[in-house]
Amino acid sequence: MGANEHVAIDAKKRYQAGVLKYAQMGYWDPDYEVKDTDVLAVFRITPQEGVDPIEAAAAVAGESSTATWTVVWTDRLTACDKYRAKAYRIDPVPGQAGQYFCQVAYDLDLFEEGSIANLTASIIGNVFSFKPLLACRLEDMRLPVAYVKTFRGPPTGIVVERERLDKFGRPLLGATMKPKLGLSGKNYGRVVYEALTGGLDFTKDDENINSQNFMHWRDRFLYCMEGVNQAAAQTGEIKGHYLNITAGTMEEMVKRAEFARDLGSCIVMVDLIVGWTAIQSISHWCRENDMILHMHRAGHGTYTRQKNHGVSFRVIAKWLRLAGVDHLHAGTAVGKLEGDPMTVQGFYNVCRDTVTRQDLPRGLFFDQDWAGIKRVMPVASGGIHAGQMHQLLDLFGDEVVLQFGGGTIGHPMGIQAGAQANRVALEAMVLARNEGRDILNEGPDILKAAAEHCRPLRAALDTWGEVTFDYTSTDTSDFVATPTAA
Amino acid sequence: MRITQGAFSFLPDLTDAQIAAQIEYCLRNDWAVAIEFTDDPHPRNTYWSMWGHPMFDLADAAGAMQALRECREARPGHYIRINAFDPSAGWESVRLSFIVGRPAVEPGFRLVRREGPGRTLHYTLESYAVGRQPEGERYAT
Amino acid sequence: MTQPLAAPTDTIDLAAEYREAGVADVLDRLDAELVGLAPVKRRVREIAALLLVDRVRERLGLASTPPSLHMCFTGNPGTGKTTLALRMAEILQRLGYVRKGHVVAVTRDDLVGQFIGHTAPKTKDVLKRAMGGVLFIDEAYYLFRPENEKDYGQEAIEILLQVMENQRDDLVVILAGYADRMDRFFESNPGMKSRIAHHVEFPDYNNAELAQIAERMLADWNYRFDAAGRAAFDDYLHHRRAKPHFANARSVRNALDRMRLRQALRLFDGATPVAADDLQILTAADVRASRHFHPTPPTLVGQAPPDAEIDAYDPDRIPERSDY
Repeated sequence: MGANEHVAIDAKKRYQAGVLKYAQMGYWDPDYEVKDTDVLAVFRITPQEGVDPIEAAAAVAGESSTATWTVVWTDRLTACDKYRAKAYRIDPVPGQAGQYFCQVAYDLDLFEEGSIANLTASIIGNVFSFKPLLACRLEDMRLPVAYVKTFRGPPTGIVVERERLDKFGRPLLGATMKPKLGLSGKNYGRVVYEALTGGLDFTKDDENINSQNFMHWRDRFLYCMEGVNQAAAQTGEIKGHYLNITAGTMEEMVKRAEFARDLGSCIVMVDLIVGWTAIQSISHWCRENDMILHMHRAGHGTYTRQKNHGVSFRVIAKWLRLAGVDHLHAGTAVGKLEGDPMTVQGFYNVCRDTVTRQDLPRGLFFDQDWAGIKRVMPVASGGIHAGQMHQLLDLFGDEVVLQFGGGTIGHPMGIQAGAQANRVALEAMVLARNEGRDILNEGPDILKAAAEHCRPLRAALDTWGEVTFDYTSTDTSDFVATPTAA
Repeated sequence: MRITQGAFSFLPDLTDAQIAAQIEYCLRNDWAVAIEFTDDPHPRNTYWSMWGHPMFDLADAAGAMQALRECREARPGHYIRINAFDPSAGWESVRLSFIVGRPAVEPGFRLVRREGPGRTLHYTLESYAVGRQPEGERYAT
Repeated sequence: MTQPLAAPTDTIDLAAEYREAGVADVLDRLDAELVGLAPVKRRVREIAALLLVDRVRERLGLASTPPSLHMCFTGNPGTGKTTLALRMAEILQRLGYVRKGHVVAVTRDDLVGQFIGHTAPKTKDVLKRAMGGVLFIDEAYYLFRPENEKDYGQEAIEILLQVMENQRDDLVVILAGYADRMDRFFESNPGMKSRIAHHVEFPDYNNAELAQIAERMLADWNYRFDAAGRAAFDDYLHHRRAKPHFANARSVRNALDRMRLRQALRLFDGATPVAADDLQILTAADVRASRHFHPTPPTLVGQAPPDAEIDAYDPDRIPERSDY
């Protein structure tokens, strides 16, 4: 590469100089030996036309660590070799001309302990707007054990959640209350009561239910808890409703959390859009108050969905596990929302493994040791119904909350019947799987047999049995042909 | 009412063959099977009485089924459940729990409300059966 | 209910049944594994054949009582009873008479408790673990101690009897031990005797068989005798058999272990380079150092040469030592 001798006019020449400098400054080191304590990141980069991918990778390393656009002598007052991130590997993305996976190593000392805000400010701080790159996506990260240990992680975790709920050996069942907006507190609590009495374990506020004119938050909390406790009395089971405490300020959020606690709720929820710092704060509050924390990933699609630009949800899931949430919406693969089965399983592994192993078809680039940090319960929600029970159980196993909103509340025989249909379908499928039956193939027959003694299930299968959402996902695996969910 | 704790309470009561199949599943997973019983099935009653220790090192469901028969005979009119413990790191807890015996009649729970300031309510569940009779005599057999 | 399902002239290919069940494999393995023991092997074939025929008869609706499968293996120590129990469990599993085919081997101490109320849970726990397979009770007669009328062994026997009678589908019990003591045990426990359907007697190995066993063991460990060593070992067997605590193949194993130790010390003290071959060969010296070649072993540890120290150890305290 030549030096910047000419005034650049076209893109090719315009960016050569700046990019060249990053590589020269030591941000590209193909011989770098990754340390166990390094934070690793893999970016999918699409360099502008004419930009050498190696130089682009160096730029990503530079801009996400110490570099600026030109050489500064003040670097020499620091141990700058150590603080410089190193792009150490670059591979073309299979089947995607012009795209590259570049791997970057960051020294642990670059990061403040226990702060996702600090981590994200570095890693996704400004490289995503960097001009030499047409697009950039953070695909995966490896967080070293030493760093993981500076976080407290999920306040409750799967094991303790199940012990508190006294529910073992099957997925949990939930439903989001519909319509999302407009119900009065009293009517809203009715839906909670019906769904829980019918057989669900949890009901849920939606992401945008906060404290609008039609339903003040205190009314919502009071009526929902009446529904929860009534349902517990009628079934002898522990029930819960994710009370959404998302609010305009942290102080208001804590106030709502405390009210939920005082009413005896076992769980509260916040939206992803409250931000990392608020999430970590409320996570600590939940730990102090024996409260399960449900995370609704509201807004994530703006940066997770497109494959060429943004942040993969698997990275968001890793950050959220460190930040400390107990439930996390992680996709359904078979429902109405984005998500190819392999990619979604990768998200689930991130939530639930003690050690997540490299698994390229599932989008996992690194081994990730979770250092004993608790497991996050993934939540499958959005356009799923009882007729898909065998697929859901096969894809996700037991440690998941299956949420059937429309599939409960839209049942032709009523909400209780809808809940009952889902619970019977679930229990019949778990029973059959444990007996060693091939549920993926025999699933429809197992459901039909279970419907013999459960009229609501029969009605559910008649109503939705054929409904599928067979659209192509955008966030698909790069390493295998994408299987389609039937 | 029907108490719906446990993994399979929404299905018709399991037959012994079905129970044995679930125990086989637990053994395939290297989980130790335990039998517990109570006549106080409050949802927060964590500690049911143990019918012996969890059965470690079983190769076959027959041993656990034998213990279940003994428990049923000795504790008629009780709730009986089977728990399976997973001792592996990161779990170390129950992995499957299901009811295998229940009284013929289940009177259920009363929801007791205590009013507080600002329209708040404090809730308690009270078992009708527990309130009526002492331990061991709560359910007609 | 006893209307046969098959016409009397229908033919059944028993050989095919036998192959499909995979029993031939197990019997072949037993043949290869155990030297000699022809009467035992014949007995096992008989039992396997009976069970196979029973299974076919049952399928054809030819009524017969379900076969009783509990067994008694008698013979001196080291005659292959435990090995046979493992193979027998496999045969039973392949023929569908037990579900899992594992063996739980116990002695009195595993079944009988130390205090009142201790025995029943212990015995039941062992039974639960054995279900689906074979419960092998070694030296079963120790369960019964007539000299002590408060002995808890009787309680274990009663629980065993109940399960042997009522849960024949769930487990098979094999009692093992010396023939004479087992006979006395059965005399005092007719209930036990009546529930044992198959008796298998294990003869002692002759010296040629024991030598063959020794050579197989050595080959497994990548050792062998040289010619003089082999001859010395025949002498060893001759001497050893006449002494107390002789335990057939087990004694052979113990003796070989000890000879390997002597070989190692000989090579170590030899102070000359050793070839790979030297490392594999047991010589007459390694064999003949045994106390059985020395009619009056030193009895005072203080006077004994270092090599003889262990050999002089009181053999009655640790029976294995009597093989050294």
